[in-house]
Amino acid sequence: MAQYAILIYEAEEGYASGGEQAWQQAMEAHGRFAARVGELGGKITGGDALQPAVTATSIRGDIVTDGPFTETKEALGGFYLIEARDLDHAIAIARECPAPYGGVEVRPIMDTSGG
Amino acid sequence: MADSQPPADRATVAVAIAEAHRREWAFVLAATVRVTRDLDAAEECVQDAYVAALDAWARQGVPRNPAAWLTTAARNRALDSLRRDRTLRAKLPLLIVPEPVRDPAVPPGGVPAIGDDRLRLIFTCCHPALAREAQVALTLRLVCGVTTAEIAQAFVVSEPTMAARVTRAKKKIAAARISYRVPELAELPDRLDAVLTVIHLLYTTGHTNPHGANLVRADLVERATGLARMLRQLMPDEPEVAGLLALLLLTDARRATRTDEQGHLLLLEQQDRSRWDQADIAEGAALVVQALRRGRPGRFALQAAIAAVHAEAPSYDKTDWPQLLELYDRLLIAWPSPVVALNRAVVVSMVCGPEAALDDVADLERDGRLAGYRYLPAAKADMLRRLGRAGEALLAYQEALDLADNAAERAFLAGRVAEVQQPAER
Repeated sequence: MAQYAILIYEAEEGYASGGEQAWQQAMEAHGRFAARVGELGGKITGGDALQPAVTATSIRGDIVTDGPFTETKEALGGFYLIEARDLDHAIAIARECPAPYGGVEVRPIMDTSGG
Repeated sequence: MADSQPPADRATVAVAIAEAHRREWAFVLAATVRVTRDLDAAEECVQDAYVAALDAWARQGVPRNPAAWLTTAARNRALDSLRRDRTLRAKLPLLIVPEPVRDPAVPPGGVPAIGDDRLRLIFTCCHPALAREAQVALTLRLVCGVTTAEIAQAFVVSEPTMAARVTRAKKKIAAARISYRVPELAELPDRLDAVLTVIHLLYTTGHTNPHGANLVRADLVERATGLARMLRQLMPDEPEVAGLLALLLLTDARRATRTDEQGHLLLLEQQDRSRWDQADIAEGAALVVQALRRGRPGRFALQAAIAAVHAEAPSYDKTDWPQLLELYDRLLIAWPSPVVALNRAVVVSMVCGPEAALDDVADLERDGRLAGYRYLPAAKADMLRRLGRAGEALLAYQEALDLADNAAERAFLAGRVAEVQQPAER
């Protein structure tokens, strides 16, 4: 099995304006997604939701700044680490990943264990 | 000596190798990839096999089955180098090559599951996770064996740019684990559409070379037709494959008549129909029948059907325009593209008159997706010219002229500008 990250990019104001209910719905959708991954023959090996981008601190060289690395309308809001047979399988899984206010990006994990 | 056949002369061998390169490259490479599970390594081995053939065939004569000879040579090289330096391959993950017996991609009664890896190769090159321009470059490089320099020339980019594009795409295939396989039945329609689109794009780039001086690039056109033939042989039951091959043949049948001796563009109505290639038309028309027989035809089958109506019309005036309009209506449903809508508008102008068609053109101008598309003002200009609205026609021709790069098309539009200017100035 190959390893992939599913990176979830969404407009944060979607959750801000949707309130508690929007958040609750998203959490339930993620719960269902986690079950679906197994049904699809994949496996979740890690992942989490991130606090909003305003809580980010960026460090480049010696300089520490308030805010995310790049200001974009859709911010990285969470991620999964998954195992899948190949890219097509990973895409089939990622298609079902909830991202009501944006979308997801699939990235292969680099194998650095070989040195 | 018993084992020394009279050596084949160099010229014979050179011709045989050039022929084998054009016809068998995809087969040899696709089979070798299965051994190396690395596209670059496979390419090197195949390249070496062709070089080795130069000497071997001169000594032993040209083998009866060049593809089998080259495949064996390339695969042996691959096995040798795998034994020698396993470590070299650790940079990128190896391609995932599912076993053919487990490959559920074979449609009932369709492609034989074992024996031919060319479909795997072409579906890998045209994987939707690759950008269209990368799909095109990879298909030419890996399936057709065209050099990066030649691809760069065909697409008017520098050689380093094209080399970087090909390298990036190969790296993504390996790193993102794009499988070396034919898509499963459920994903086949979409995936096949990408393959057909790439082949069609190669054809149209060759057919109307957008920047060059000549209207046709015979090499690209022949590559595209060759690919369509190969795909037809490998997927004989796919109506859209038959449709694509038919479309290319029917369009190409008119190749010799698209320009006059001076290279000036000739419209359909000005072309000498007696010089259209009747063999291509007959083959294309027969394929259209097959493609349409299966019901719910796709966009390539419908485009081919449209091309067949034109090809079989005894003259421009005797073209069956109502049937064309019906086909365009169906095409617009199968493929709701503004370019199709524009072509349909031209047919509307023949069935219902230019006045009615101008309404459709106005809709397309408002729609905005065709902004900068030279055929929109050109079609509009022609409708206005036919209505005798010379002043408006002039403006539209001028707009089309500003957008056209191809020398033959520019010359044609400049001629039309001069033509409508005359009555306007009187």
